[in-house]
Amino acid sequence: MTVKSTARARKKTAPSVPQSVGTDAQPELIQLLTPEGERVEHPDYPLETTPEQLLALYRDLVLVRRFDAEATSLQRQGELGLWASLLGQEAAQVGSGRAMREGDYAFPTYREHGVAWCRDVDPLNLLGMFRGVNHGGWDPNEKNFHLYTIVIGSQALHATGYAMGITKDGADDAVIAYFGDGASSQGDVNEAFTFASVYNSPVVFFCQNNQWAISEPTTTQTKIPLYRRASGFGFPGVRVDGNDVLACLAVTRWALDHARSGAGPVLIEAFTYRMGAHTTSDDPTRYRENEETEAWKAKDPISRLKALLEKEGIGDEAFFAGVEAESEQLGLRVREGVRSMPDPDPTLIFEHVYAEPHALVDEERAEYEAYAASFEGGENH
Amino acid sequence: MAGQLSIAKALNNALRSSLESDPKTVLMGEDIGKLGGVFRITDGLQKDFGEARVIDTPLAESGIMGTAIGLALRGYRPVVEIQFDGFVYPAFDQIVSQLAKMHARALGHVKMPVTVRIPYAGGIGAVEHHSESHEAYFAHTAGLRVVTPSNADDAYWMLKQSIESDDPVIFLEPKRRYWDKGEVGSAAPLPLHAARIARPGTDLTLIAYGPMVKVCHEVAAAAAEDGHNLEVLDLRSLSPIDFATVEESVKRTGRAVVVHEAPVFMGMGAELAARLTEKCFYHLEAPVLRVGGYHAPYPPSRVEEAFLPDLDRVLDAVDRALAY
Ligand SMILES: Cc1ncc(C[n+]2csc(CCOP(=O)(O)OP(=O)(O)O)c2C)c(N)n1
Repeated sequence: MTVKSTARARKKTAPSVPQSVGTDAQPELIQLLTPEGERVEHPDYPLETTPEQLLALYRDLVLVRRFDAEATSLQRQGELGLWASLLGQEAAQVGSGRAMREGDYAFPTYREHGVAWCRDVDPLNLLGMFRGVNHGGWDPNEKNFHLYTIVIGSQALHATGYAMGITKDGADDAVIAYFGDGASSQGDVNEAFTFASVYNSPVVFFCQNNQWAISEPTTTQTKIPLYRRASGFGFPGVRVDGNDVLACLAVTRWALDHARSGAGPVLIEAFTYRMGAHTTSDDPTRYRENEETEAWKAKDPISRLKALLEKEGIGDEAFFAGVEAESEQLGLRVREGVRSMPDPDPTLIFEHVYAEPHALVDEERAEYEAYAASFEGGENH
Repeated sequence: MAGQLSIAKALNNALRSSLESDPKTVLMGEDIGKLGGVFRITDGLQKDFGEARVIDTPLAESGIMGTAIGLALRGYRPVVEIQFDGFVYPAFDQIVSQLAKMHARALGHVKMPVTVRIPYAGGIGAVEHHSESHEAYFAHTAGLRVVTPSNADDAYWMLKQSIESDDPVIFLEPKRRYWDKGEVGSAAPLPLHAARIARPGTDLTLIAYGPMVKVCHEVAAAAAEDGHNLEVLDLRSLSPIDFATVEESVKRTGRAVVVHEAPVFMGMGAELAARLTEKCFYHLEAPVLRVGGYHAPYPPSRVEEAFLPDLDRVLDAVDRALAY
């Protein structure tokens, strides 16, 4: 059976592509919640939300921000070697993360702590790499959340291959590949677009355009709005307000359904902003203006949802106090968890190099062990 | 399946057998479908197994490698064909940074059963980028297994074993030997990573692999006329190397010459010579010598014979080693 006929055998009809997703005119930024906290409707991306759902999203945003802040302080305290903060990108990550179904799979870069949160990955798992005790370490298949990938754009291909496998399985799942605006220039991301497009693979490319790739602005990566890249590859692209958790949720949900229906990939450009430094090693004052950061502060993802909740009278004092308490708890758990994270035994070096025995690794491990043992009880030597 | 088969046909049979025995095995590459690959190694397979199992891919080597990794994560067992040695470099990053390391990064939670088939090395009069020996790059990377058969029987079994391995295997096919025939169907194949004494001898060990094994047989035959009894050792696996067999042979003969097409500098021969010096110092009657390519780009085909180790160059080295 061909890839296409497998897709057809699933006998589903693709949701129609919204009118505003196109190539000729630049569509508006899809927005369902204004920076002032006004709820607005979009004809193509209707979203019904119960008060409980809004409160749950608010809780996600607050806890994710808290986790991130805690990790940043832990880096400052020398407990982590490095941290890549998601500050400002909470809505893009929580909105898209909450749009996923259980069987869907996420392929993150290194900043998707909010997506990991939505996939129920223990936040402490994310810190091993930054503390230097492993290179990832968790089982990606446990929560359908792949390992962080440092080489820019590589994971877009892994996501696409995984999605090709979903098609072969005739399964109903979809994949999200996360990457940044800088990564959009990489060959691998463009090759992923080609593969996903020609094989109709159920993958949503979720580009968080946080305006900067370390010190390089998006204008160094592209002369056209990023979402429009998709049209050259033959699939829809859409730009969503990345600081609007509701719009990110609605658009990603639509895109995942579009992809899983057999209609092929979608590119979502979440238009957002990295409020902090690229990583804790970065100094953004060297390359960007304070006014720019201030302007984006007014679009903060959490305060705009809070404004909506207040306007609509959703959530009582007990709820907000509860979230506050929970976030204290989370901070404490992360702090203690990191501080008590043991260094691995040095023989970790030789573990999992291969799945099957490899003579050279076995030999070098034995050499190392003998060498290490020569230090124990040194007086005997 | 007993009988004389070319290496090309043996590889084709191995792929067919793997596709039959495991529905999760998929082949990917450029022109591997209707055309059967530029060397026809996948001939007829798409017709029999369909486009979903024998996949013609876009012309993007990093894309082929990266999506193969994704398929492996989904539980598939991809066998990737790189069209020619010199075109694997666009996929190099995915191979060394992703494929090789995924198992370790996940602390063993995921496996990468991906086989990368690459027609490699020279001697067929090709244009540039079609004759390269890049085994040292891959062997230098932990997490990868690197193997290369030199005859039809090994081609068949080693490819099947590579596909069955839960580790990524770089499977190098000596393209100038594709049409050499040999008996296929030994009942008990060697383990994938065992070296093989291809010709027993007593005076010196010629260590070779892939396309150079045949040259070394010719060298041993020529030397025999002069009364020298040379051993030919076919490494078969370049990572891991079956050092036990290598060391045992060299301790017995007291002399070794390593022969490969790749440039000598920083190559497989350097590793073997260093290792033998360490492990067989008191058994060696002569320094371990190396014969291989020069530190130069693979030359235009009209002069490739000067670049490639041939009977005379290897015999010169043998003479030098025997003269100590
Ligand atoms: C192939 C590669 N080149 C360079 C780097 C170093 N690097 C790490 S992050 C980064 C910027 C990435 O920017 P972007 O894709 O926009 O993602 P963001 O960090 O803004 O989320 C660079 C250049 C890398 N990790 N990988």
